[in-house]
Order: sequence, then structure tokens, then C-alpha cells
Amino acid sequence: MKKRKSISYAKWGYIFLIPFFLVYAVFSFYPLISTFATSFMDITIDQGFISFSGAEEINNGFCGLRNYTEVFTGEIGRSFYNTAVMWLMGFVPQIIISLLLAAWFTDLRLRIKAQGFFKALIYLPNILMASAVSYLFYGLFSQGGGIWTIIKDLTGYEGVLLDSAWGARGIVALINFLLWYGNTTILLMAAIMGVDTSLYESAQIDGANSRHMFWKITMPLIRPILLYVLITSLIGGIQMYDVPTLLANSNGYPGQSLLTLVMQIQNRKDASPGLAAAICIVIFIVTAILGGIIFLATSDRSDRRFKKKSKNAAREAV
Amino acid sequence: MKLKRILAGTAAAVIAVTAFSGCGKGSSSSGDSSTGRDPSGAETPEQGKVLNIYCWNTEFQERFEKFYVPNADKSVYDGVKINWIQTTNEGNLYQTKLDEALKNQQTAVADDKIDIFLVEMDYAAKYVNSDVAVPLADLGITSDDLKNQYEYTKQTFTNPDGKQVATTWQATPGLYMYRADIAEEVLGTSDPDKVQEQISDLDKFTEVAAKMKEKGYYMVSGYDDMYRLFSNNVSAPWVTGNKITIDDQIARWIELTKEYSDKGYNHATSLWDDQWSADMKKDANVFGYFFSTWGIAFSLRDATVDQKIKDDGSNAKEGNGLYGQWRACPGPVSYSWGGTGIVACQGTDNEALIKDIMLKLTCDTEIMKSMTADETVQDYTNNKEAIKLLIDEGYTNPFLGGQNHLALLTEAAEKLDMSNKLSAYDQGLNEKLQSNMKLYFNGQKTYEEALKLFYSDIKSLYPNLTH
Repeated sequence: MKKRKSISYAKWGYIFLIPFFLVYAVFSFYPLISTFATSFMDITIDQGFISFSGAEEINNGFCGLRNYTEVFTGEIGRSFYNTAVMWLMGFVPQIIISLLLAAWFTDLRLRIKAQGFFKALIYLPNILMASAVSYLFYGLFSQGGGIWTIIKDLTGYEGVLLDSAWGARGIVALINFLLWYGNTTILLMAAIMGVDTSLYESAQIDGANSRHMFWKITMPLIRPILLYVLITSLIGGIQMYDVPTLLANSNGYPGQSLLTLVMQIQNRKDASPGLAAAICIVIFIVTAILGGIIFLATSDRSDRRFKKKSKNAAREAV
Repeated sequence: MKLKRILAGTAAAVIAVTAFSGCGKGSSSSGDSSTGRDPSGAETPEQGKVLNIYCWNTEFQERFEKFYVPNADKSVYDGVKINWIQTTNEGNLYQTKLDEALKNQQTAVADDKIDIFLVEMDYAAKYVNSDVAVPLADLGITSDDLKNQYEYTKQTFTNPDGKQVATTWQATPGLYMYRADIAEEVLGTSDPDKVQEQISDLDKFTEVAAKMKEKGYYMVSGYDDMYRLFSNNVSAPWVTGNKITIDDQIARWIELTKEYSDKGYNHATSLWDDQWSADMKKDANVFGYFFSTWGIAFSLRDATVDQKIKDDGSNAKEGNGLYGQWRACPGPVSYSWGGTGIVACQGTDNEALIKDIMLKLTCDTEIMKSMTADETVQDYTNNKEAIKLLIDEGYTNPFLGGQNHLALLTEAAEKLDMSNKLSAYDQGLNEKLQSNMKLYFNGQKTYEEALKLFYSDIKSLYPNLTH
């Protein structure tokens, strides 16, 4: 009797994956390739002209890397600086406060009461829409607004913070900080709670104080999560758009000091698509590199080391 | 196990529903319209059942609902679903959205096509000079229908072939509106004619500003308040060919506003900001505002009262904030500000309805008369006959303390001429110039630095322009 062929269910796996790849190809892969192609073209579209035959488009064709050199110099180059500065101003306080809060909440000896309440409270701003918060802050800080009046009454300073480059950047950073510190705190708390408590107990027996324990046990052991927080925040930061746009209009008032990279894309996409595409590609590459770093750092290192070791052992045995 | 399966099932269902929700909306709305009543009227050709109107605020919608709907020609209006697609004007967003829709106009299904879109004076040229607009004559609107409209509005909306393609319900001559109580205190009179005498040109206006300053008042609220006085009197448009020119009038605005800012004649606010509106209140110290008539109902009336004006208008009377305490005079320079054109888009399937809307809202003397007389609208309607009738009937405006400002406006409107002053790029140029010059006015940047920033903003918005 002939042996019956075994039934393979594997094909169903592929069949069920088809929709994903179709959607990905149409909505992600094709646009990516076409953006890449556009980024080498010199195209100008006249925004003062409209017709059914298409807007007046001046297509000078392939222009090599000219769009890319323009991205790194002049006005768009300054946007790199603006984006980085506003991200740093928000991220540094965010990571410090979050670490502190996470350490306090997880401290075995402090035993903070009503932890659930406080955790919910600090996470709450993250649920708000960034645009809604920006509108609120715009109202508070603009001339005649609540905080403007408080500052005026307390210090006699009548200027508007949103009218000065560093004041406005500070407000953007403050909003980003308020929206994200809760999220970071929760992540770091999870990381700290993953540390084996027996390590702390034995350290205590050896006479370590809480500062020692924090720097010598907690910090080294949560490093992968810290790196994850850093890089996801960087990726979020490089895409900063809604908060500065709503606070400073599309031209990054005052004096383009709030103009971020994504705002540049939005401002230029209709009139100079080639240039906008080049900015997109640069952001894509930076994000891809950052993503790669996370992947390398968080993939199981001990596993890789073990493989290496066994390989070496095998070689030695030969 | 079973629970898990149910959970997975619900999750999948939720994903499927959200994934298709976009499509669902479209199909359900077209479903609604197809189940709607049949457009009757055997003599009218087959009309679309959805009217898509592109706009940037609710101004036209309010007028449409208040003045068109009750007067509509039932045979073309009944059963048509009106769809308002609103996008803010700021940062050219409205134009971007409209342009995207126009690109799809020829391939879109009938119910998704643009039927009407609105244009503002600042970019009317872009759409008027284009093949996207239906000439009024093609809709069946004759020059006789338009005979009462102001010449300058017709001229603005006429394309290079000499065909008028848009029509508007308002003429927008500008005035200077000032507070009677402050005028009384500083100038010794609140009579519009006598106040006008003292501010009849820019030098005199500045002299009065100095007097106001002495008494602790500001002549105007913000940096941009006087912009239209100059930008409407330029000798050439912003852009000729592809070149941006800063007209002498614009340079004069920059110079004068810098002087006002340095001397404290203005309150250093920006147009439409909260503080700018708050300056209209009784306890503020601002003498007046440059406004066209739409400014009263759109901004001044609601911002100046202490109690919000009720829908029945019962508290719209003297004693409520500064209601009735404002007066209007022509001001130092004749100018106009704003104005909205109604354009029928090529490819529409609602010609008969659009014709009816345009005739009722921009040509019908009776309707336009009621529009001007309406307390919540007060537009200076684009119909000489209606205005004349109102003046003959002894029109007075309670908000302006019983003044008949229509007579002033009639005089101002006759003088308006917008030929060779508008370019297709005006909105972006005006907006970016005001935004960057603010840095010069408040002392953060020098004039050259501010100008450089302006050109840089323009380069990203309109890269084809040179300077």
C-alpha cells in the first residue's frame, strides 16, 4: 500500500499573509520607491496656477544629489538643529524625572502609598492629543493669556514667550516632556521591577546604601530598556511636527526657529516635491539606523554569545 | 479555549470594521442621497443630488442657511444634500485642499465632484484665470442680472477672456471704527464728520495717535491693522511675471508701523489674536479698528459686549459693553478688505441649483436688502439698488449709535478699483510678510534680517518666484 502523502498546512500561513504583503506593497513599498526616485528630480510646481491639465509643473529631470546637498545646508540644515535642540530640551528632563520617579515607586523601603493613583496621574497627559495641548498652551502663553498674565504680574515682564526663539522652543520642549514622561516612567518601572530583588537584599546585607544600589545594580541592569527609551524618543523627536506647527504656524515663527524637518516636508511638498522627498529619505535612513541599533541591543545578547562560544568550542575540539 | 476563540473573533471583526470604515462612510452617504426625494421639475435637466461646497469658514454657510434656504427655488433645491467641506485659510491650507480636489475633479464620481468653491480676494486671480471656473454666462446669468453689482467686484472676477466667472454678495469698502467715549475725551467730539476731519490723511492720523498716547490710549491695536490701507493702494501687484516687488506702499506700511510700534501708538498685538479681540472691550485702551462692514458682525460686535448677545438680540442694546458706542468714519485712506467670490466648478452636475443660489444670494435686491439690515450679518451687500433703498428708508445702525454708515460706504465703494493690484500669490505673501515683519516691529530683528526671513519663507512656499 502506498503511503499517503502527509498534509501540509504551511501554505495556509502564506495565504493568510498575502493581504498584509499586498497592503504593504501598495501603501508602503511603492511610495517608498517612488519617493526615492523623486528625491533625485528637480521639480517646481507653480502654486499660483491651477488648471485641469495639472498645475504648472517645471520638471528639469534628474539633478543628481543636489536636493540632498540642499537638505544639509542652509535653511533645511537649520531645521536639523531646531529639531535636535527641541528634542534634547524635552528629553533630558524627561529621562531624569522618569528615572527618579521610577526609582521611588519601586523602592522597597519607601513603600509609597496610593501608587496606583499616582501612576495613573502621571500617565494621564499621554492620553491627550498633542494638538489639543498645543492649542491650550498657545492660549495660555500668548499675549493676554493666563500664564502670560501671571508672569506679567509676578515679574513685570510684558514680553510674550512665544515671540522669542528660546521661549517658544522651551514651550515645545515642555509640552513634549509633559506628554511623554509618564509613559517613560511606566517603561522604566517595568524594567526596574524585572531586576531580581535578591540582588538588592544581598547588597543591603553587604552594607550598600540606596545610591550604591541604584548606580551599581539598577542602572546596569536596565540599560537595554534605557537604550530603547532613548531611541524610540529620538525617532519620535525627528518626526516632531504637530506641536511646533500649532504653536508657531507653518513658518516656525519667530524667525523659523521652530521649523522642524517634518514641517519642512509639509511646507515644500506641493511646490518642490523633489526636495521634500529628499528630506523624507534622509529621515528614513536616520530612523532605519536607529531602529537597527535597537534591534542589535535588545536581541538576546546572551544567546548570541552562547552561539559564539559553542562555535569556538567546536573549533577547539576539532 | 472557547473564550480565546471569541476574543480572537471579536478582535478580527473590530479590525475589519475599522479597516473598511473609510469606504463605509462614502457608500452610506451616497446611499442616503439616492433614497432622498426625486428632484422634481420635468423641464429642468437631470441634476446631481449632492452639492459639494468648498469653503474656509462658516460665513457663507450662515448666509446660505439664513437667506438662501427659505427663498430657494424648490424645484431645484429639494432633495439635494448640501455638503460643506471646510478647511482653514491659514498657511494656504484651503488652497492646497482645493487644488487636490480639483486635480481629481475629472475622474471623481458625480457626487464627489466639487460643485461650488469659494475664493478670497487674496487668491481669486489664481482660480479666476483658470479653466476650472464656469463662466456665469454659461450658467445662464446675464449681465442684466448683475447690473446692480459694483464694478470693481465684477472686474476682479473677470478672466482674461472677458468672462465673469465668480460673483459675490458683498462689497468690502473699509472704514475706521472708533470709540465715541474716547473720541469725546481726547478729541472733544464724537461726531463722525468732525472726527473724520481730524484724521483725514495719514499725517493727521499720526498726530491724533500722539494725542491718544498722551492720554494713555492706543490708536490701533496691532501691527497688521493698517496693512490693508497700503496693500490696497499699491501701484503694481505683488508679483509680476515671476518677480516679487515690494511696492512703495508696502514699504510705507513697514516704516509707519515701525514708527507706531516704537512710539507706542499700537498695542503690539497680531491680527485675530486673543489680545487683539480683547482690545475691543470697554476696559481696553484702543481707540479704533480698521474694518470693512463684515467686521462688525464677524468680530467687533461679539468681542466688545460684556454679555454674550442672545439669539433673539434682546440684549443687543446700549449698556451692554460698548454696544452703540462705536462710530464709523472713512479714515485716512480709502481701501477695501476681504470679499468672497462664489465660483461654480467645471464638471458640476448642479448648474440649475448653482444659478439659483448665485441669483438669490448675490443679485436679488430684496434678499440682499434683508442681509444688510440683519443685525447678525450687516454685510454691505453688493447691490447698489438694495443699499439705496435702505438709505431712502432711513436706515440707522444701533451698533454704531444710530449712525447711517451705509452712506459713507456707498461713497467709499464707488471709489474702489482693484485692477492691476491682485496677484495669485497674495495670500502667502501677505501672511509671511506680516509674520516676519512682526520681528522687526518688536525689535528682535533688523529690517534686513526680517526681509531675508520673508524671502526664505516664500522660497519654500512659492519656489518659482524670484526677487
